[in-house]
Amino acid sequence: MIALGLEGSANKLGVGIISHPSPSKPPLILANLRHTYNSPPGEGFLPKDTAKHHRTWVVRLVKQAMRQAGVKVENISCICYTKGPGMGAPLQSVAIAARTLALLWNKELIGVNHCIGHIEMGRAITHAPNPIVLYVSGGNTQVIAYSHRRYRIFGEALDLAVGNCLDRFARTLMIPNNPAPGYNIEQLAKKGRHLIELPYAVKGMDASFSGILAAADVLAAQISEDLDEGKRLRAEDGEVVTKADLCFSLQETVFAMLVEITERAMAHVGSSEVLIVGGVGCNERLQEMMALMAKDRGGSVFATDERFCIDNGIMIAHAGLLAYETGIRMPLEESTCTQRYRTDEVFVAWRDQDTA
Amino acid sequence: MSPTKPPLVGASTPLPLPPPFSHSALRLLTQGAEALVFHTTLLDSRTPVALKYRPPKPYRHPLLDRRLTRQRLLAEARVLVKCRKEGVLVPDVVALGADEGWLGLGWVEGATVRRVLDKWVGKRGEEGEGELMGLMGRVGRAVGRMHEIGVCHGDLTTSNLMDSPADLRSLAGDIVLIDFGLATQSIQDEDRAVDLYVLERAFAATHPVAEPLFQEVLRTYGESYKGAKVVLRRLEDVRMRGRKRSMLG
Repeated sequence: MIALGLEGSANKLGVGIISHPSPSKPPLILANLRHTYNSPPGEGFLPKDTAKHHRTWVVRLVKQAMRQAGVKVENISCICYTKGPGMGAPLQSVAIAARTLALLWNKELIGVNHCIGHIEMGRAITHAPNPIVLYVSGGNTQVIAYSHRRYRIFGEALDLAVGNCLDRFARTLMIPNNPAPGYNIEQLAKKGRHLIELPYAVKGMDASFSGILAAADVLAAQISEDLDEGKRLRAEDGEVVTKADLCFSLQETVFAMLVEITERAMAHVGSSEVLIVGGVGCNERLQEMMALMAKDRGGSVFATDERFCIDNGIMIAHAGLLAYETGIRMPLEESTCTQRYRTDEVFVAWRDQDTA
Repeated sequence: MSPTKPPLVGASTPLPLPPPFSHSALRLLTQGAEALVFHTTLLDSRTPVALKYRPPKPYRHPLLDRRLTRQRLLAEARVLVKCRKEGVLVPDVVALGADEGWLGLGWVEGATVRRVLDKWVGKRGEEGEGELMGLMGRVGRAVGRMHEIGVCHGDLTTSNLMDSPADLRSLAGDIVLIDFGLATQSIQDEDRAVDLYVLERAFAATHPVAEPLFQEVLRTYGESYKGAKVVLRRLEDVRMRGRKRSMLG
């Protein structure tokens, strides 16, 4: 069976085409295209502009994906789209595109939970059978374990998502949003030498990032190049603190928090495997720290690269097709989208009761 | 006691422990995500202590690691001292190596409430009913007293409640609260209600038939201090949402 997936819950528009040849064979990726809306440095992406971007590009991307995949319309079983969670206006624009395609081609529609898309794609790519999942992106921060047909949330961000914290700090420092603010922070952090103290906010298996962002913003004001050399913030060794130092300190702090809550969840359920998904999951320092923790517990870490970590259409097609194959259908009248859609609301009919 | 080799825990756990425990006879009791708890002795071989060791985490920046370990051990020690001062039964703080990552606690004789329940619940008939109810009453009062002085435990399970000294025949011991690794100094109804919720879940998970017993915990808790009734009402809210909020966009 073949599915076309449309993703547009944030600033990436993704179109993917996937084939599930048979239950015993791995899925085949026929096309995986993405177009990203980038706002200028110092600004975030606004819902209105982002939706406009998606509307402008969706037809071109679908045509291109169909050409690349070399599939005929009649071979497609269903159109999958992101039902939520995400930003309202971009979600709506992509849902309209999905409904239009379904009516035009007379196909079934499947609305997909964005988080489930990330998890299922990560599992398919890495072959991790039943890992603890750390889902970290610009909109979500969750520690998830599978049990009894649900992806259960063990820990989560109490306020900002970790990716949002990084993105907004990139705005404070006027770091470009292209290709991604988090990527640019990661590159700068590699040059950081000093660890500057920031708050550390873990509560059980939950974490909070808003206070850290506020504290980092205060520090950023103290290293501004407008200040006299003598008035700028200095590290303990007397050297002037740089942007790179702040990026390094922010990453070290928030990633340590993420690894800690993941480790706590692993100890709780007795698992030794971790899968990192979501845009922040591309960060190699986070992957490295997680691997050190997993090694200590006699386990290992699974991660994917930017093609699957960052929002994409293929994960929506994959998760949608998994649901479609279990007989799930979505009438046109119910093909809505929603900004609030928790990971644990989805009944996972395609997995066994406990594992695999 | 002969100096035995400490049990191997995790591939790269940095053992042996820092001085003065480098050559102590250690018996591993539990290993959590954060800390290892050992039975050992301090000063002389007749003074048993529970040694809580937070090993360095290789994934954390060394500066951050030292800061966190120090802060957490100090916070735990402060809460324990506060409880002690206010008459809540907890282990004594015997010694502290905040920079080395360890906390020595007075040994608590007895059995965990979890073990007591394992042994007693499921026995047929009325036998033991009264003793169990008495035990539950003491649990409720102990938790209430801790909340009253402004401490929330953060990980209140039946494994973190000791019946001391253990007398599995009459259940006549006192309730001693242990493991304050996640404790906070808080007087918020929300934190208190979450404590009760966690305890309720622990009861339900390990002793499904013991759930009626928990009602007795709540009843005595409700009478244990001014403000307890408000917390019980808050508990209903916490139950409804299962400690989870609806997702915010």
